[in-house]
Amino acid sequence: MASEHPRANLPPLTLHVPEPRFRPGDAADFVAVEVPPAGAAPRPDSAAEPRGMSELAYSLVRVLDDDNRAVGPWDPRLSPDALRRLLADMVRLRAFDERMFRAQRQGKTSFYMKATGEEAVAVAAAHALDRDDMCFPSYRQQGLLIARGYPLVDMMNQIYSNTADKLGGKQLPIMYSAKDFGFFSISGNLTTQYPQAVGWAMASAAKGDTRIAAVWCGEGSTAEGDFHSACTFASVYRAPVVMNIVNNQWAISSFSGFAGAEATTFAARAIGYGIAGLRVDGNDALAVYAATQWAAERARTNCGPTLIEHFTYRAEGHSTSDDPTQYRSAGEPTAWPLGDPIARLKAHLIQIGEWDEDRHAAQDKAIAEDVRAAQKAAEKNGILGHGLHQPLDSLFDGVFEEMPWHLREQRQMMLDEEAASGRPWARK
Amino acid sequence: MGAQVSDIVTETGNGTEAPATTRMNMIQAINSAMDVVMARDPDVIVMGEDVGYFGGVFRATAGLQSKYGKTRVFDTPITEIGIIGVAIGMGAYGLRPVPEIQFADYIYPALDQLVSEAARLRYRSAGEFTAPITVRSPYGGGIFGGQTHSQSPEGIFTHVSGIKTVIPATPYDAKGLLIAAIEDNDPVLFLEPKRIYNGPFNGHWDKPAENWSKHPGGEVPTGHYTVPLGQAKVVRAGEALTVLCYGTMVHVCERAVAEAGVDAEIVDLRTLIPLDIDAIEASVKKTGRCMIVHEATRTGGFGAELSALVQERCFYHLEAPIERVTGFDTPYPHSLEWAYFPGPVRIAQALKKIMKD
Repeated sequence: MASEHPRANLPPLTLHVPEPRFRPGDAADFVAVEVPPAGAAPRPDSAAEPRGMSELAYSLVRVLDDDNRAVGPWDPRLSPDALRRLLADMVRLRAFDERMFRAQRQGKTSFYMKATGEEAVAVAAAHALDRDDMCFPSYRQQGLLIARGYPLVDMMNQIYSNTADKLGGKQLPIMYSAKDFGFFSISGNLTTQYPQAVGWAMASAAKGDTRIAAVWCGEGSTAEGDFHSACTFASVYRAPVVMNIVNNQWAISSFSGFAGAEATTFAARAIGYGIAGLRVDGNDALAVYAATQWAAERARTNCGPTLIEHFTYRAEGHSTSDDPTQYRSAGEPTAWPLGDPIARLKAHLIQIGEWDEDRHAAQDKAIAEDVRAAQKAAEKNGILGHGLHQPLDSLFDGVFEEMPWHLREQRQMMLDEEAASGRPWARK
Repeated sequence: MGAQVSDIVTETGNGTEAPATTRMNMIQAINSAMDVVMARDPDVIVMGEDVGYFGGVFRATAGLQSKYGKTRVFDTPITEIGIIGVAIGMGAYGLRPVPEIQFADYIYPALDQLVSEAARLRYRSAGEFTAPITVRSPYGGGIFGGQTHSQSPEGIFTHVSGIKTVIPATPYDAKGLLIAAIEDNDPVLFLEPKRIYNGPFNGHWDKPAENWSKHPGGEVPTGHYTVPLGQAKVVRAGEALTVLCYGTMVHVCERAVAEAGVDAEIVDLRTLIPLDIDAIEASVKKTGRCMIVHEATRTGGFGAELSALVQERCFYHLEAPIERVTGFDTPYPHSLEWAYFPGPVRIAQALKKIMKD
């Protein structure tokens, strides 16, 4: 006899909604995070077929071991000078972030985003890429600009939207654009830069150029269609591009499980596309350097794209607009099993006898002084909120190459409105 | 015809001059535009679904791959986000991509790349990066395409700052406007009224179709010329009322006006953004009446913007309320296509109304 309720002998369906291990008030331990020993991951030839290297998408490329030695086949064998430059740029980035975060808290600008704990991801990549390779960053790769020597004062001018802001106050703070430094205009819409980077790389290949592209997104936004479209294009045309996923565990308040981390790694996304995939200890500057160098060589020799997951941890909030203690355990940043990228590289330099605490302290001081001086110089050009820094009618510039009648008309409306208003802030 | 020819370059071969013009349908004219520009500028590339070896589902890119090679004319994966995103990146590199979206109905996955990226790149980077891309896409109904091969989405894009929207109504204009669009340094959405690819469809779907062979707009220069963006064209001068239209509706309006025996002035807008407001204003102030015709859905359509502009600028010259003749606010139906289409009867009724008031 047919049941009134079909399949009544089965338990009801349940919906799985991911939940992070720790919430505010919980002690965080991360024992569930597998950390393979440094040096264990094999290093295939950069021209190898992706098919034979899928295990690299599930393991973790690590160079610095627990005793701060550089070990294994991925050791990039950088000179002490190169290591010190790498360290200095990471320290500079952290000092810059601290200073600008504080400036936002002091009301000098509207918004800021730090890269604390993730400094190695952008800085080591910039050191491994060629200076003329084109970077398509997300909003947390200011380390690329710092490592390429972009003036700190120009970054700050942008953050303050002041008279010297090269973007004329048109962009949210930190959404830099620096074409001369191979740094594409940052979008606030997530991962739109992924297919754009692939397109740039395809153009470079179509033109017989030698430059490659590199692109970054967070693990959260790998869920965007743009990411998957980009992977398809990159795979189909074997585009010379290094595609980076910064898995810092958190997308604002959503843990990586909402992007699929409970089921697989982000590097494993590469496997379905037939792309080389690497999963890398993102807090190990030497591992990031080595992986980027390998991927860049691959791209530059027509062996196609590489997808690199940088396994790291966002040690602070998403931006100045959120409080991470509201959604995650306060103990997470210190419990993170892969340590701090600056502390680890510093310890390595000391271990090999090329650095010491005194020199580090002196460098900290000198860099802090540089950053302070840059800030002082930038603030001479004004800070956000202290009057208008750009001519009012510049609001209409750059919508099109040539301004059409309707914008000219609206510009006049605005100027008439300002003339009539007598508003104290409206100075031209 | 021919007033907008800014630069006719006659091609020569074997010492004999090729004819300066020849008969083309709109597909051939669009194909010729890409051919001419690709021959002049090695940075122009064509990409899209089925555009390469096959030459496009409407044949608009036929022969281009064999002539210019696979790195300049290539098929793409079926992902509109990718097609537009990749084109933007190529533009940032310095190329001048001409991506095709196979049907305008398929453009929506690419909306973010068009609206938030292509249209904003110049502004947000203070001119460091631009997106000199021309997105070609067949649009509009009348081909029994059902709701996913018939839409007119121009109003979505005219609402976005930073992107130009161009719609030709003849082969001559299609070629000249497309060359101008490709050579333009801003992103352009080039919507092709696919119902008139083969002939100037006049709205009488139950009568034999005409082709372009007898229409003056089917006489097309073989070489390089441009029809500047932002210039409307008076296709019929008249005194009784002004009809603002574009694309397929230009021809439907011409016939409807002739059948009604009304001395209408028909203005083919050709470019919606930037709009030729001077031509509109001059015509409406002269005639004192204005009818707006488009195939797209009515509410929030580009006709609403036109109506507002005419009211703002010509109110004291108007002798009757502005009339809008449009598609309905429904999906484009398959079997009831001709009930949806703003055809001769709907236009005739509106003409009667506006002339009575």
